[in-house]
Amino acid sequence: MAESHATAVHAEHDHKPHGWRRWVFATNHKDIGTMYLILSGFMFFVGGTAAMAIRAQLFKSGMKLFDPAMFNSLTTMHGLIMIFGAIMPSWVGLANWMIPLQVGAPDMALPRLNNLSFWILPFAFCLLIGSFFVPGGAPAGGWTMYPPLLQQFGASFPMLIFAIHLMGISSILGAINVVVTIMNLRAPGMSLLRMPLFVWTWLITAYLLIAVMPVLAGAVTMQLTDHFFGTSFFNAAGGGDPVLFMHVFWFFGHPEVYILILPAFGVISEIIPTFSRKPLFGYEAMVYATASIAFLSFIVWGHHMFTVGMPVAAQLFFMLSTMLIAVPTGVKVFNWVATMWRGSLSFEPPMLFAVAFLFLFSIGGFSGLMLALVPADYQYHGTYFVVAHFHYVLVPGAVFAIMGAVYYWLPKWTGRMYDMSLAKWHFWLSVIFVNVLFFPMHFLGLAGMPRRIPDYAPQFTDWNMVASIGGFIFGASQLLFPYIIWKCVRSGKPVEANSPWDGAHGLEWELPSPAPYHSWQTPPSAAVLAHGAEH
Amino acid sequence: MTDAHADGSKYYVPHGSPWPIVAAVALFSLMLGAVLYLDGAASAWVLLPGPLLLAFMFAGWFSTVVGENQHGAFHFREDRSFRMSMMWFIFSEVMFFAAFFGALFYTRMFAIPWLGGEGAKAMTNFLLWPHYEATWPTNGPGHVGGEHFGIMNPMGIPALNTLILLTSGLTVTIAHHALRAGRRRMLTVFLALTFILGFTFVGMQMHEYGEAYTHLNLRLTTGIYGSTFFMLTGFHGLHVTIGAIMLLVIWVRVLRGHFTPERHFAFEAVAWYWHFVDVVWLCLYVFVYWL
Repeated sequence: MAESHATAVHAEHDHKPHGWRRWVFATNHKDIGTMYLILSGFMFFVGGTAAMAIRAQLFKSGMKLFDPAMFNSLTTMHGLIMIFGAIMPSWVGLANWMIPLQVGAPDMALPRLNNLSFWILPFAFCLLIGSFFVPGGAPAGGWTMYPPLLQQFGASFPMLIFAIHLMGISSILGAINVVVTIMNLRAPGMSLLRMPLFVWTWLITAYLLIAVMPVLAGAVTMQLTDHFFGTSFFNAAGGGDPVLFMHVFWFFGHPEVYILILPAFGVISEIIPTFSRKPLFGYEAMVYATASIAFLSFIVWGHHMFTVGMPVAAQLFFMLSTMLIAVPTGVKVFNWVATMWRGSLSFEPPMLFAVAFLFLFSIGGFSGLMLALVPADYQYHGTYFVVAHFHYVLVPGAVFAIMGAVYYWLPKWTGRMYDMSLAKWHFWLSVIFVNVLFFPMHFLGLAGMPRRIPDYAPQFTDWNMVASIGGFIFGASQLLFPYIIWKCVRSGKPVEANSPWDGAHGLEWELPSPAPYHSWQTPPSAAVLAHGAEH
Repeated sequence: MTDAHADGSKYYVPHGSPWPIVAAVALFSLMLGAVLYLDGAASAWVLLPGPLLLAFMFAGWFSTVVGENQHGAFHFREDRSFRMSMMWFIFSEVMFFAAFFGALFYTRMFAIPWLGGEGAKAMTNFLLWPHYEATWPTNGPGHVGGEHFGIMNPMGIPALNTLILLTSGLTVTIAHHALRAGRRRMLTVFLALTFILGFTFVGMQMHEYGEAYTHLNLRLTTGIYGSTFFMLTGFHGLHVTIGAIMLLVIWVRVLRGHFTPERHFAFEAVAWYWHFVDVVWLCLYVFVYWL
């Protein structure tokens, strides 16, 4: 079975299992990666449907499409589904597909555990989405699940808690797998500082996941026992404190937002050098910057709760530590721009998404700096300014990077090229209307419109209408994405070369396209490694 | 099915395993059972299928892996994968306990002094909880769970339990040395001693819980003191129970001659886990029982 990596595809050696067993009993990292990506794509549209409903309700003042409880359920579930159902699993899917290819490993280190990490998720999402259909409706206390509000909901409350537990188990097992694959299965000669940045950022992300998902499990367990077994963690009469939950939750929550964005940094660091036809500027600085961001993420959680009444010393500490994050982030943005400087640029769809990421993620980063300032945050807290901020880092940030990654590696996965002009349509519709959707939210927030409300004062109507129109077109244009992928898989033009991108480097491009079912059965030789790195 | 390593061996990639999906279904049954029970939609019987399926899955999955190991499927690389994953799993467990220790420290350092009017929170005390004085132990200004409650004397059963767990840490280390020296008799005796000590610890804890509930009026519902006390010691006790069962399984494997002085990852993994519950207990003893 030790076929040479350099030879063309040997489908007859692939020994693909057939039928449902291939997927249900899967141990192949490519199959599991594909399932992750399909599931996250599905959840993206489920969460997107909730978003469309939210924007419809907010189209103008006085709309009564949903009663307020249902509206709150929609915002809560939109957040939970997009974070735990769409973005996180798509990163794990990309990790599954790409990390073994990029480090020269035959598969993930623990293939059966990998299967378990995936198959927990459909069950978890059944519990989560099923909560819409039980008495009392879905949780409506916001994705942050603050007590005592969360505990006022009916039968859905334990469903949410146990869905979180399942998703946490899945994430921890998946992250352990990533760490072990990277630390143990790299090709001989690929030292840590020769790893591709997508691998590096995922390694650091996996450490964050292992460190904070158990803390979230602890936090929601305390909610569960407070509600059902009479403990007093978040009950002041018993000596507890609802603010305690916020601390524990955000100790998870802030590293969590970097879990969503660090792999995006990795993807952007792969795409920009390829389409600039230049090596990444400041590779080592990128690695250290990522590690610094991850470290800082553990000591900034208080900036999510400046208005809760914490001591001034704590506010100052969290403000300053938060602003420190701008330094390594600035290093990264500078290096991406420096990589493009005097490069031989071309703008295929992955590069378009990457460049849009640079601009729009930076806007989200700057509004984050504004929110880090304690006195200013007193004004911004709980308004649409916050909504604008985190949607800028998550939609044209994380989601654009995921789409860029799919457009970048889809030819490697399928052996076919997608419809480039349709993909550019997808990009331009997305990048224009994502701004129409989210930019007005800055104005609304600064003008004082609170988040998480089913209705608003009439003076907010104009910008809400603009945002809603942007939202509807942005949402509709996302339907192009699965269509482009489907069309590529069905009838895309076969890619002859190992790499469709002339500037691409890295081990994954040393393999034929589509990547054979079993790749790197023998670790790549030093010559292949060097060839992959140079290009 | 396998690939060549630099050292000439192959990395083992198993194909088509049914156990993960059984595990996913088992976890789902466990969680769904708990949801139905807590929502009052079903009686306690609904809690049963989850743990049963889970036990079935562990037995099946682990015997598959043990069988593969006995047939020589694993070499240096696989062994290192297992080692690394066990370490990171234990680290995730540490972080789970950190959440509850964090809750304990936060309430003792901040929440309770603030309820008592410390620092800038004088009005909190004056307006909301007049006459409340910050102390520890406390069940809060509302005396949740009753006006009076007692706490465990740290020099009684808890001190004995500390001794038991520390001794078990010693015996498992002696067993490990015996395994490496190829002294099977000593290995079986000291490993057996370890899990016997472990189960003894659990028995003493249960006795202590009985005392707390019947004589001290100290319950899970006794305000923040009862919450932190029972959640921390309870999760620890659960981990000791799991660890002792793991030691028992390893002991049976020792009797079957599964381990060699050079290769015994499963033994070491369980020993690491045992030291982890040991260290958690030391923190519990100091911060929950003693200080």
